[in-house]
Amino acid sequence: MSNLVEQHLIEGSGLTRADVQETISLILQHHNNFSDVYFQASQHESWVLEDGIIKDGSYNIERGVGVRAVSGEKTGFAYSDEITREALLDAAKAARSIAAVGGTHAVKSFNPVAQKALYMADNPLAQMTESEKIDLLRVTDSYIRQQEPDVSQVVVSISGVYEEILVAASDGTWVTDLRPLIRLNCSVILEQDGRRERGSSGAGGRLGYQYFRELYKGQPRYQSVADEALHMARINMKAIAAPAGVMPVVLGAGWPGVLLHEAVGHGLEGDFNRKGASTFSGRIGEQVAAKGVTVVDDGTMPDRRGSLSYDDEGTPGQYNVLIEDGVLKKYMQDKVNAELMGVAPTGNGRRESYAHLPMPRMTNTYMLAGNSTPEEIISTVDKGIWAPNFGGGQVDITSGKFVFSTSEAYLIEKGKITSPVKGATLIGNGPDVMQKISMIGNDLELDRGVGVCGKDGQSVPVGVGQPTLKVDALTVGGTA
Amino acid sequence: MHVEQQLADIQEVVADILTMAKAKGADSAEASISKVQGIAVATRLKEVETVEFTNDGGLGISVYVEGCKGSASTADLSKQALALTVEKAIQIARYTGEDPCAGLAEKELMVQDSMDLELYHPVDLDTDAGLKLALEAETAALDSDPRINNSDGASYNANIGMKVYGNSHGINVGYPSSRYSLSCVMIAGDGDDMQRDYAYTVSREADKLQSAKEVGQQAAQNTLNRLGARKVQTCNVPVIIDKELAPSFIGHFVSAISGGSLYRKSSFLLDSKGQQVFPEWFEIQERPHIKRALASSFFDNEGVATHDMDIVTNGILNHYLFTSYSARKMGTKTNGHAGGIHNWLVKDTGHSQAQLLKDMGTGLLVTELMGQGVNIVTGDYSRGAAGYWVENGVIQYPVHELTIAGNLKDILRNIVAVGTDTELRGSIFTGSLLLESMAVAGE
Repeated sequence: MSNLVEQHLIEGSGLTRADVQETISLILQHHNNFSDVYFQASQHESWVLEDGIIKDGSYNIERGVGVRAVSGEKTGFAYSDEITREALLDAAKAARSIAAVGGTHAVKSFNPVAQKALYMADNPLAQMTESEKIDLLRVTDSYIRQQEPDVSQVVVSISGVYEEILVAASDGTWVTDLRPLIRLNCSVILEQDGRRERGSSGAGGRLGYQYFRELYKGQPRYQSVADEALHMARINMKAIAAPAGVMPVVLGAGWPGVLLHEAVGHGLEGDFNRKGASTFSGRIGEQVAAKGVTVVDDGTMPDRRGSLSYDDEGTPGQYNVLIEDGVLKKYMQDKVNAELMGVAPTGNGRRESYAHLPMPRMTNTYMLAGNSTPEEIISTVDKGIWAPNFGGGQVDITSGKFVFSTSEAYLIEKGKITSPVKGATLIGNGPDVMQKISMIGNDLELDRGVGVCGKDGQSVPVGVGQPTLKVDALTVGGTA
Repeated sequence: MHVEQQLADIQEVVADILTMAKAKGADSAEASISKVQGIAVATRLKEVETVEFTNDGGLGISVYVEGCKGSASTADLSKQALALTVEKAIQIARYTGEDPCAGLAEKELMVQDSMDLELYHPVDLDTDAGLKLALEAETAALDSDPRINNSDGASYNANIGMKVYGNSHGINVGYPSSRYSLSCVMIAGDGDDMQRDYAYTVSREADKLQSAKEVGQQAAQNTLNRLGARKVQTCNVPVIIDKELAPSFIGHFVSAISGGSLYRKSSFLLDSKGQQVFPEWFEIQERPHIKRALASSFFDNEGVATHDMDIVTNGILNHYLFTSYSARKMGTKTNGHAGGIHNWLVKDTGHSQAQLLKDMGTGLLVTELMGQGVNIVTGDYSRGAAGYWVENGVIQYPVHELTIAGNLKDILRNIVAVGTDTELRGSIFTGSLLLESMAVAGE
């Protein structure tokens, strides 16, 4: 029996399961040991308010199919923006050329699984009328202007995505997934005495736009997003030069978990480790972080931005313990790297779209809570910084060097938070920094749902999180 | 099919879409279609790793209805998808607000005549030939030194495509182009001292790429040079930004003088037109019509003709970079920068990199930058870096896990010299930059 996704992507394109089977059979006629076909249709919209007017709206549609042939470590790939029998067979013929003719593997018959969803199946774009979407932007804009007379620029935007995917593979996989994704962003510029500072904030998840109207800590969520953007701009207005050099750093709960994403997350992706290219390669079972540090990648959290009912290879999203009490337990895998390393896939096979190859990627990566209160942690620092908010980061997985940049930070002097400091980049070495985590807070939080991870030119939505953490020594890239 | 015919076919689709938009109620509309076909192949450890056949493209359309704008795009170029896309753009314009600055660029600024900038040099998209090049590069790298003990692979990309733009002023222009590249990423060392680095070559012409052997050897050399990297003491020293990174530095200046940043008052260079923003000898010319260059185009993303411009002379900023929208917001007219800049030439000061090192004396040569720590609103700059420690003009040892920080307004104003080692593989042609002083954070 087919579900709505199959009816739309397969039957609606004039195809049958037999056509997909034939595509995969063509690939296995060559010496390929695995093949999959990935169908996708997506809609994306965004609305932008600037200078008090709804300045632009945009709508994007994408639809296509990607065909992959795998022969050991070799991969052949072709795709088409037309979903037709002819396009499928052409793509198969191109992709299979990675291996010579004379294949011995058989295609397993498809074994469709019942939809088990971690998020709603509804299209978020259709859940609110256009007028309601615009009204959400307007109320956010007027809320900001009411709160802050010195605001000189307000940009508020919302975006929504609805994706239907179907993946069929030579191992019998036949999986569909419906993926909603929404986001609200606020950016403000404050101007006081000729000084200008920006603050920005966002939130989102695999939800409907109504989420932004719902109450969060006693106020509509859009107001809390707006407040955070204003707070950041006001704090930066008072910021003095950040210090330069090595010092203790207390990282706040939630989004500062970008630390984990960069310092260990990428380095634990299966492809890098299969190739021996990561600073964490060959270190399963070793103490790679301080005792007490447990890091998980969790694709199973309901409604989260990084969550996946099924990954892009049809493996169910999983809760994977990567580091347990400081000991490296496992890498994140897609099917191909798992097979080559002789382990099971972990539900981390992701791709940006049908036009990109899947690879091991993170979902929601976070550290489990410890016992300290945030106040206790800060009180132990004689001279250092407290950084509750960050921009993005980057890592060199081979040398282990990673950076992430503060967007809100303060000096800690004699156990007390004192002056705000300007944005600074922090740099460290993943394995070193993980060993230098000396205190773990009891306040685990996930980010608000805005993360985008880039790898090999492919972007995917992710989540991060952590409790308040103390890193005993990290290089702070200020000027003072 | 002949390229002229393909181009004419796409121009016809653009014309049809514009007609459709008008019929559905748009006062004016603009549409662009791009199509790129290519291959991406890679080897790793001298074995074939991936063979990808790429085929990308799409339509983007904006419509204006009584001063309200709507946009839509599609990667699916079927008739049905195109019609839906136009429909969606019109629908959206019903909900956006009237904006007196919105609209097409002025008719009199539209590009008049097509120019052949020699951007199109097609070759057969032959995966075997591509793999051979990748293999050659990787082999040269792996065989160059026993300390090169692993590889992240070599890859070859070839892309052939075209771009067409039309709007309801009646213009409908386009051109085909090609782009080829070869790159190689090597790994050396182990344990706590494992390093990676890369080299690449890119050209509009397949036969003008640097040889595969050179690319491989360069990748190996760059990687080996990083072995044994140390940390530096926190200090303030002069810094040389290597030519490969210098364009990113000038790129921050591009962001700061872009109309979008200016009308939003989100730039550290507000009100800087006519002001000294660089040293007196500093010059930046924009030359959009350089034959075969990577950032050449005779019209911008709004159909506006591009012209030679002297962006900076005697260190003084002569022009902001406008699109029609940002120009109207600032009470002026666009100067053809929708979609970005077109070949910037930063004048060198006649110093080779060796002379720059000598002039610097003791300081830091930066060959890698990491992260996004640049605030265009304030000019505050703080990024992760790696490179070499230099004493008395001589490279001493590689360094890493450090940051460089300062304020771009001061940094740009106090550039000491520009090298003759001009980087040509992007949209900004500049040599290495010697900067007066930056805060370096390390141990």
